[in-house]
Amino acid sequence: MKKLFKRLISTLKFYPTISASSAIILALVGISLYAVISIPYGRATELWRGAEEIWSDTPRFAAPGWTNVFRSEKLPETFTIYSSEENSVTTVKETSTEVITEYTFDYQYNTFPQELNLFFDAQYDKRQPYAAVTWIRPDGEEVAMYKGALRPSQRYPISQDSNLNKDTPAIPPHITLLAVSDTIGVGDVEPEVLKGEYTLRVRILTFEDGSSVSSRFTLYGDVFGLAGTDHRRRDLTIAILWGTPIALLFGLCATIGTSILTFIIAAVGTWYGGWLDAAIQRITEVNLMLPFLPILIMVGTFYSRSIWVMLAVIIALGIFTAAIKGYRAMFLQVKSAPYIEAARAYGASNMRIVFRYMIPRILPVLVPTFVTGIPAFVFLEASLSVLGLGDPVLPTWGKVLSEAYAGGALYRGYYYWVLEPAIMLMITGLAFSMLGFALDRIFNPRLRGI
Amino acid sequence: MANEAAVPGLAGSAQPKGRWAALFPALLKFGRYTLMRGIALLITVCIGVYISIWIANMGGYVDNIRIAGITEGVALSFRGNPLYQDMAPSERQRLMQVEIERQIRRQGLDQPFLGRSFGYLFDALSLNLGRAEVMSSDTGSKNVRTILLERLPVTLVLFGTANLLTFFLGVFVALFLSRRYGSIADRASVALAPLSAAPPWFYGIFLILIFASVLGILPYGGMIDAPVPETGLGRALSMMKHMILPLVAWLIATLPIGVYTRRTFFLVYSSEDYVELAKAKGLKSNTIERRYILRPTLPTIVTQFAFTLIFAWQGAIITETVFSWPGLGRLLFQAIGTFETPVIIGSVVIFAYLLAISVFLLDIIYALIDPRVKLGAEGAQ
Repeated sequence: MKKLFKRLISTLKFYPTISASSAIILALVGISLYAVISIPYGRATELWRGAEEIWSDTPRFAAPGWTNVFRSEKLPETFTIYSSEENSVTTVKETSTEVITEYTFDYQYNTFPQELNLFFDAQYDKRQPYAAVTWIRPDGEEVAMYKGALRPSQRYPISQDSNLNKDTPAIPPHITLLAVSDTIGVGDVEPEVLKGEYTLRVRILTFEDGSSVSSRFTLYGDVFGLAGTDHRRRDLTIAILWGTPIALLFGLCATIGTSILTFIIAAVGTWYGGWLDAAIQRITEVNLMLPFLPILIMVGTFYSRSIWVMLAVIIALGIFTAAIKGYRAMFLQVKSAPYIEAARAYGASNMRIVFRYMIPRILPVLVPTFVTGIPAFVFLEASLSVLGLGDPVLPTWGKVLSEAYAGGALYRGYYYWVLEPAIMLMITGLAFSMLGFALDRIFNPRLRGI
Repeated sequence: MANEAAVPGLAGSAQPKGRWAALFPALLKFGRYTLMRGIALLITVCIGVYISIWIANMGGYVDNIRIAGITEGVALSFRGNPLYQDMAPSERQRLMQVEIERQIRRQGLDQPFLGRSFGYLFDALSLNLGRAEVMSSDTGSKNVRTILLERLPVTLVLFGTANLLTFFLGVFVALFLSRRYGSIADRASVALAPLSAAPPWFYGIFLILIFASVLGILPYGGMIDAPVPETGLGRALSMMKHMILPLVAWLIATLPIGVYTRRTFFLVYSSEDYVELAKAKGLKSNTIERRYILRPTLPTIVTQFAFTLIFAWQGAIITETVFSWPGLGRLLFQAIGTFETPVIIGSVVIFAYLLAISVFLLDIIYALIDPRVKLGAEGAQ
């Protein structure tokens, strides 16, 4: 065993691509495990299907946060401030309790945020709490905003409050609130950001014992998190993480399904020969004539887009391929080998000869093909997604790519949206492909010198 | 050269009469071979399309197409007939319903599917593909066959070029590399081979990002500039400009693996003893390449070409979609989007035919170049 291990190490030294690609594949497996453990399946699909409530604190089309490192002009970060004891002052009065919460933040960016939102979560029995919101700018100017009673769960969309930009209806409030006054509504002048410390003061009055209001303020910038967000405000991290196990599983299942079944069928057909062999040959010819992708498209359009149905169809269509002819030629050579004759002489059963004598003989040829086959199926899933036939609930790389493409990411400059899934696909594809090519050189000694 | 006279073909040419006599049975054999292959392929196409029809009809979709066709036809005839103009709408509706049901019975749509499936097969194979529900051709026709045939040349321009380019570039680069085995270029080709793991559309997205979005020097997609150039030359140039990115994407995805496998293949063949002998005889390297390396590998290379073509018809769907190339593939994509069943099934039939024709033509070429089926080979020996 130790000797074998040593030999393995010394072999690996000659093939650095094997070590490199194996490391990448191991990393991908690690990401998969992390994804599956940290975000359970149910939670992942729920987040991905996510309605607006789940993703109320994230901006649309935000680039990953770390891209700011490479930008000379930083884009505004997204942040949420929650009401807490630290930023709130409570005064108990005769008939009411007054809580004043101040959200203070320093805004030093050159561009405006996408949106501003204030969320209230009010608890009361009969008498609705009352809220008054004031915006205090660095230059000391105060802008009165929302005034009124609160429902149990209320959102105050500051960016959509038409009272705030009455004079300049064409410019949304999140710009007027943060702009230098002289640059608003003056001819062709572009609004300019007034940098400094802003305060959003929320004054809340509750009129009952036990009635309370918690609130949070969100500024939607242009960057968010590790992977950014898409057109539906979803955090792309989920798709990038969860895409990994799905891609690996899909690629592995499809390759195992097709290549191993193809292999076994070729072996059995060659061994028994006769009508079975002829039938396999004819089925292969018909199957080659069947248009693979159009049939997948029909199945996806007419029946189900579930990734597992697709997988089953892919395997079914992928068994009787041209590879069966290649394997058959190899098995025909093996069939006439003397050791097979010996096995027959001692009375080995047909199945024993096929599975214990013929298949192991050719197996080394299968290994590299098997590994090189995985990326094809990983990309096939992406292809189906690009055609709009991706699984309806699962977050996959292909779906992100297809949504990015359909959402005009290339035209509108949201390159991160395209590049993230594309690079993950590329890494996975290249890792398996490189491993396969290297294994090919090891297992097929004919190629070793070449 | 003296030893060349010993080649059977040349010896035969000295007596033309004998040669023709020898050629005749070979021609007969070749004709029979072509015919058999043609029949076998036709049978496979029949089975393939028949299976496709079953797949498509499991949800009753083919029936729906037919019923929709009947409904439209009856509605049209009622609208156009002045006899029905003055009739009360409800009465006209009732008569129409009766007529539709009569037609459905007449076409046997109330019969079980098994019997009718052969009728569909015949319709499909004779390219009687029905009418589209929403889509129409650029000339305004709703005939599925017209819609499909209109897109066919557009697909051929791009993917014909792409495949021929991949094929010939692949063969020549591989030949070149196999001669310079172990050089930097050769090792680079081995290292680049894994690039082919990704499909062309995938590189297409990268290329669009770089050359259209960031640099803005090439178009995002499409086939021709928006105000179509006046002159024929301008149109051709504009089309070529639009073909650059799809062609490059296609080459990045297909060329590395093509070069790698062929190079390995040529290397294996060029280490054969007879090549060594030819070298020892002092033959020119061009001659060695043509006669001793390329010749015996030709059948295999042509087979590879056949499979490239077969996959090209299919892979074109997504590449065309990504590059908005208005060919068959993009049509199919649009048809999926609008649930345009007649067009989807029509495309499947066309794909099956195209595959069969590619295979058939290549079979004939194969027969011409494979020494075992070669014309006159038997007669001369």
